[in-house]
This record gives sequence, C-alpha cells and structure tokens, in this order.
Amino acid sequence: MISYALKRLLSTIPVLWIAVTVCFFVLRLAPGGPFDGERPLPPAILKNLAAHYNLDKPLTEQYLIYVGNVLQGDLGPSFINEDFSVTEQLMIGVPYTFTVASLAIILAVIVGVAAGCLGAIYQNKMPDYAIGFVILTGLVLPNFLIAPILQLVFGVKLGWLPVAGWGDGSPRNLVLPVIVLMLPHAARISRLMRGSIIEVMNANYIRTARAKGIGPRLTVMRHAIKPALMPVVSYLGPAAGYLLTGSLVVESVFGLPGIGKYFITAALNRDYGMVLGTVIFYMVLIIILNLVVDITYAFLDPKVRTR
Amino acid sequence: MTAPLLEFKDYSVHFATPEGDVPAVGRLNLSIKPGERLAIVGESGSGKSQTFLGALGLLARNGKTSGEANFEGRNMVGMRAADLDTIRGSAVTMVFQDPMTALNPVLRISRQLTEIVEVHTGATNAEASRQALGMLAKVGIPDPEKRFNVYPHELSGGMRQRVVIAMALLNRPKLLIADEPTTALDVTVQAQILDLFRNLTSELGAALVIITHDMGVVAGIADRVGVMYGGRLVEEAPVDDIFENPQHPYTRALLSSIPRPDRPVSEMQAIPGRPPNLLRLPQGCAFNPRCPARTDLCVTARPELLPMGVGRRSACFNPVGTNVEVAA
Amino acid sequence: MTALTPRRDDFAADLEAEALTGKARSLTGDALARFLRNKAAMVSVVVLVLLILAALLGPYVLPFDYETPDWSAFRAPPSWESGHYLGTDQNGRDLMARVLHGTRVSLAVALIATLVSVFIGVLYGAVSGYIGGRIDSAMMRFVDIMYALPYILFVILLMVIFGRNVYLLFAAIGALEWLTMARIVRGQTLSIKEREFVEAARAAGQTRFKIIRKHIIPNLAGPVVIYAALTIPEIIATESFLSYLGFGVQEPLTSLGTLIAEGTEVLEILPWLLLGPGFVLVTLLLSLLFIGDGLRDAFDPKDR
Repeated sequence: MISYALKRLLSTIPVLWIAVTVCFFVLRLAPGGPFDGERPLPPAILKNLAAHYNLDKPLTEQYLIYVGNVLQGDLGPSFINEDFSVTEQLMIGVPYTFTVASLAIILAVIVGVAAGCLGAIYQNKMPDYAIGFVILTGLVLPNFLIAPILQLVFGVKLGWLPVAGWGDGSPRNLVLPVIVLMLPHAARISRLMRGSIIEVMNANYIRTARAKGIGPRLTVMRHAIKPALMPVVSYLGPAAGYLLTGSLVVESVFGLPGIGKYFITAALNRDYGMVLGTVIFYMVLIIILNLVVDITYAFLDPKVRTR
Repeated sequence: MTAPLLEFKDYSVHFATPEGDVPAVGRLNLSIKPGERLAIVGESGSGKSQTFLGALGLLARNGKTSGEANFEGRNMVGMRAADLDTIRGSAVTMVFQDPMTALNPVLRISRQLTEIVEVHTGATNAEASRQALGMLAKVGIPDPEKRFNVYPHELSGGMRQRVVIAMALLNRPKLLIADEPTTALDVTVQAQILDLFRNLTSELGAALVIITHDMGVVAGIADRVGVMYGGRLVEEAPVDDIFENPQHPYTRALLSSIPRPDRPVSEMQAIPGRPPNLLRLPQGCAFNPRCPARTDLCVTARPELLPMGVGRRSACFNPVGTNVEVAA
Repeated sequence: MTALTPRRDDFAADLEAEALTGKARSLTGDALARFLRNKAAMVSVVVLVLLILAALLGPYVLPFDYETPDWSAFRAPPSWESGHYLGTDQNGRDLMARVLHGTRVSLAVALIATLVSVFIGVLYGAVSGYIGGRIDSAMMRFVDIMYALPYILFVILLMVIFGRNVYLLFAAIGALEWLTMARIVRGQTLSIKEREFVEAARAAGQTRFKIIRKHIIPNLAGPVVIYAALTIPEIIATESFLSYLGFGVQEPLTSLGTLIAEGTEVLEILPWLLLGPGFVLVTLLLSLLFIGDGLRDAFDPKDR
C-alpha cells in the first residue's frame, strides 16, 4: 500500500513538470505576446513582465527561474491587471469556487448513489424507468442550457431564489449554481452505481452469500455495497476535472467571483499571463485530486492494500 | 424405508429467453436419502446444476421452478425467500465450482465464515470465530489463526476451496451439495478435497450430492449415481452397477469415452453428434440423434424413467443388455 | 447504460441457450438483431436522420437564410403565418434558418473532429499495440499523462493564444478525444496480433507497417465505430460549450452553442431564441446517446 502510494506520488512529478514546461514554451511562442514586441502593452505591465520573466537572461535561466517561481506558488504577473499578480487574483477566487464545487460533488455522490441503488432495486420496473429518464436529462442537457432556464423559472418567474450573484454568501445564492454543477455528475454516478450494483449482484460471491441464507439485507449491505461503490470512487478523479470545467460556465452564468470567472474574463481579454497561470493552477489541482482519489481507491481495494 | 431427505417430484426448471422458453430441467423425479452420497453426472447443459440451484432459489432472474422439491417434507418450490433463508446455509449448504470467485474479495474470510454461524444460530462473534477456527483446522488449513483475518486473494485456489467447504459445514448441514467442486483445482489437490468431502460428511451424517462430469470423481466418492441428459434423468443406479453394467446408451457412451489405463486407447470412443438444443428438443428421446441403439419408437416417443433392476431406473426403450428384467 | 436497454440479467440464460443451440450466429448478425430490437435506438436513428436531412436541405426549402435580416419582422415570436416558424432575433434574422445552419456547423465540426480523433487514435494505438514492449509502455505512459490534464482548458489556452479559427477548433477537439480511442485500439491490437493470419503475414516477411495497415487496422473496425459513435455527442457538447463561452465558432458562422449564448442574454423577453437551438441540441444529443448505447449493448450485452 505504502509503496503504491509512493509510486503514484512519484509518477505525478514528471506529469506536472511536463505541463509546466509546455506552458512556459507556449507563452514564449504566443504571437502578439510581450515576447515578440508586436502588441504594445502599457508600460507598467511591461515593467512587471520584464522583472518577472527576466527577459534579459538566457533562455535556460529564464526557464529555471520560472519553474522555481511556480514551485513557490508565484504564477507571474497579469498582462492586463497591473496591480494584482495572477496568484493574487486566483487566491481571491478560490474560496468561492471551492465552496460551490465541494457542495456539488458531495450532493452529486449522495443523490447519484441513492438514485443508482433505487434503479437497481426496481430494475426494469416503473421507478427504474422514471429515474432513468431524469438521469438522461441530467446527462444530456448542457449546463449552459439548464442554468438560464432554471434562472428564469426559479429566479424570475417564481422569485424563489436569487438569479445570480454571491450576495451575502447565504445558502440561497448557492442553490442554483450547485444544482446546475452537480446534475451531470449525479447522473453519471447514478448510472455507474446502478450498473455496478447489477453487475455485483450477478457475481458468484453474491450467489455464495445468498446460498448461505444470510438474508437480503446483509447480502446487500455487507457484500454488495462496497464492491459496487468502487467504480464510483474511481469516477471521482475525472469528476474533479469535469467539475472545474463545469464551474467555468456556472460561475459565468451565475456571476460568482470564482476562479472560473477570472479565467473566462482573462481569456476573452487575451490576458495571456492570467490564462496561463490559471491553467497551471487548474492542472496542479486536478493532478493532486486525482492522486488523492487513486490512493483512496487503492486503500479500499484489498488486493492493493495488502501488497 | 427411511423418508427421503430431499425429494423432487415432477420438478422442472425453465428460463425465459428472447428466443423462447428453455426447459433446463424437465419433470424430474428423484429422491435423496439422509446420509447417502449421490453423484449427478452429465455434460454442460444437462441441467444438473440448475436442478439444485433452482431448489435453493438461486436461479438467474429469468429462471422459474415448478413442481415439488421437498426438503424434509417442505416444498422449496415457490417458498418465500425468508423461509428459504432458514434452510440455506444451515440444513442445506452448497459449494460452488470456482473457488476464485466464490468468496467476496473485499471481505476477510473470518467475516465470511463467522457470519453464517451468527445469522443462523445467533452466536456471538467470539463464539462463531471459535467454531470457524476449529472448522478451518478440520478442513486442513495449516495455522488457521494466522490465516483467519486474510482476504481471499491471499490464499491459493485449493485453500479457498477449503474455506468454502468449511463455510458449508459450519452449521452441521443435513445435505451438502457440491457443484463441480474439484473441476477448477489441480489434480493433486482434487483427491485431497474429495477426501475432505467424504470424511467430513460422514462424520456429520450428512447427505452429499456431488455434481460432476468427471467419472473419476464419481468412482471415488459416490454410493449412487444419477445420469442426466437434456434436462432429464436418464439413469439412476448404485455406483458399481453404473460402472460394470450401464443400461442407458448414453451412460455407456460416457464410460467408453473416458481413457482408462486398463483399456487400449483404440477402444475409446467419443460420442458422435452434439449436445441437444434445449429450445428444440426432439419429440422422442433426447439422446436419439446420437444413439447407436435408436429405433423408430425412440424418435417419436419419450421413454419414461422406469425401474429396471434392483435399485435401478433407466429411461430407455432399448437398454444395454436386454436380458435385464423390467421390475413390475 | 440506461433503463431502456435490453436486460442484462438475461445474459446468463442467453449464454446458456446459445451454447446449447449449437447454432453459430455471426457476430455482426447477432449484434444487428439486438440493435434493431432496441426501440429507443431505432427511434433515435429516425430522429437523427430527420434532423440531418433538415439541416442539409434547410437552405433549399426555407424562404429565409441565416443572415439576412427580415426588416418586417424584428424580434418576432414564432408564428405559422409569417413563415418564421421559430421566430426571429434582434436583427430580424430567421431563427429556424439560423438553427439549421448552426446544426450543420456543429455536425460538421463533430464529423471532422471525430475523423481527426479516429485517425490519430487508431494510428497511435495500433502502432503502440503492435510494436509492444518498451515503446508501447512509453507510448501508453504518454497517454496516461495526457489523460490527467484538463484538456478543455488547454484548448481554450490555444484558442486564446493562436486565435480562433474553425480549423484549429476541429483539430483541437479531435485532439481531445484521441486518447481513449488510442487505448481501445491498442487493446484490440494486442489481441489481434496474436491471431494466426498475422503470424502468417509475419512469416511471409511483410514489414511491420504493412501488417499494421493491411491486417490489424481493418479488424479494428467494430470497436472503433462504436467508440466513435459514443464520442460524437461528447464532441458536440464540447464544441457547444466552447462556442457558448465565445471560444468556438466565430461570426459569420454560427453554431448551436453560440445561438444558445445569444439566446441566454435575452431569455426573459425573447425566450424562443434560447429554446429553439436548445431543443435541437438536446434532441441531437439524446438521439446520439441512445444510438451509442444501443450499439454498445448490441456488441457487448454484458457491458464494460
């Protein structure tokens, strides 16, 4: 187990390193960036850039300094905003994104697992079809379509919930964004869970359990649930990535001042520094989250745990 | 005549498939006496496993049983799952073919062993563990204490099968059904496992049903043999009679197709033709397309399982050795 | 897998019946039969075909085109008489024509992106799987690494830096999807290359690339087609996502995602501008989803 964790940890390092390196060179190659002198940037920005990127030093040294900075959490200056560096802007947005995303994933797991279990129990009967249909809508409707519709229905027409904005941080402002963010994941988890339970229930060891006469409750609770949950745990890794991309839309539509909103604005304004820095930040985050999920999965799987 | 422990009367198993209804077992009549050792022999698809899976309520979702399967007088066909649960795992236990997949990979074997005792006898975990450890020693697992808390994948196939057998014996069953218990094991281990079955069931006075396609296993352990073909019982006799004097042509062909050291290989004969399509069984005897003794009657009429000798039954119009008296 | 697909638990009995029938049905005949039995998939095929026909034939049938304003009908709601079946937008452009145009663009992007991903994925996977050994491990390692990165962000980054032209979009999206295709193809290749006809070709002295081209790749058709079908909805969704955010298709072209973005801005007053393209997008994705599911179930009833 420990050896697996260590190996997994070590394998993320080259990934991160490659990612950062690619980003470094992409920045250099960018046409219209500060590095080819085409696009005139305000002098204050140029000053920041020159200072940060050490343009007068040789390339290798620039690279090493850059990597060193990233390791220390310094993602460079923004190309548009002269007062705040990329890191500073990101840090402002992190709490908002984090709140919405964590709530979304927790809710997605709870709803998804419950729906999947129900679907499996009532397999191919009415409740299964009904749940299946709802799941379908969750899977198919893009979040940028659901969001405005929900805003219209619940925000404008019914007036139950605020249409957008963080407001004073009260839960009412979070309801719609979290729901929109979690729907596709709840749908996928539900599908996974249902399929997984059905597959597990057909496994030989469940037949053994039934042949032992221990009863349906124990058979499901003790023998079936844990193996059935494994694919769901596995899914949480990639889910982290999807959540972050989903939050781009959700934060834009609902006007939440999170990382996603900063990213979109920067991208539309061609703020290379900000875009690049955010991409690095996201990548690091996703890689770390995947690592955590993988290690958790390995912990839960006895075959790996006992090695 | 002692009352039968498990008695099948007009018992059938059907599967509903998109292609139609598959009669996996058709109108079976068979009795199993307490303490006896019965081998059920047949090819894949002969219905030998489905018979007992069906009786214990372990069929796939599209499977249905009909008729009677009376265990100590109580009909298990159509019995509520809750009632079946009082029988399964205690009075009647089953050991399955593949030890690699029969145990739950995410639970320690201690858990899987103690639960069967706890559920059926209300024992505490400590008491159940004590019994489980004792049984593990009995089935031949060295150092049971050390191995008690491991996960199944940490044990070899032979060890796992011993654990499964231990599980099946913990509640002192009256009937133990073993479905191809040695097929997935090394030849060297097979004999040991068979010994286990033999010794431990006679110790308990339990009846043993061994489902197999291997006549060697039959010879090693059975008192009586039932031969199934196309979902039906076609012959039933004491083990010695089956080997020395098989009546049904299928039984005879089965025995001829086994290599034996005391017979030249040239005498070995494979059975011509293919196993029957259960969706399209012949009108007459299911074996007739492949039978060397086939007559016109065999094609149109299905032979019933009739007594043909002392303690023997066969379902054939032209049994081997026609000088055998048909008992009234 | 949805609730509307064939029952999984019958598989045990299906297998039993099949083993006992002795009748060997061809793999594709079997699969086709299963697919045709799948009602949801069949309905979806019909719907999809109708949609594609409408998108392709629209410009020849409709009296309006997607960019000419109709001065007599600005911001008009859908009506039968005026001929604007889906209404018009703020510039008086007919929404139906725009939606059909957008559908064409989205489908074109999907098709090209799929082809790109298939091309890269098949080549990469087949070569990796066939060569095997350390090169294979290294190549798959690369795939694993790429998997961990949030690709969409990368695409946006590329769009930001290198400008937003449609061809880059095709390539970028195609490059998003090749990873899984490569994995699947590699897996298939590993099993195919053990088969006799490959050994025969090797013994006959054919070069590795020739073997890959002539023997391995044609046998990959089945899984490749299925996976491609499964990814098309993802590609359309991704393109819509990017277009919605402003990074995808640009003026004067429009796509379903862009239309939805435009519609969102005026949702309160001109709701049809959102509902029209939204409805089409959902229908498109739904039918593709059912078809993809149907295909996967048809070829592999027990599923992944």
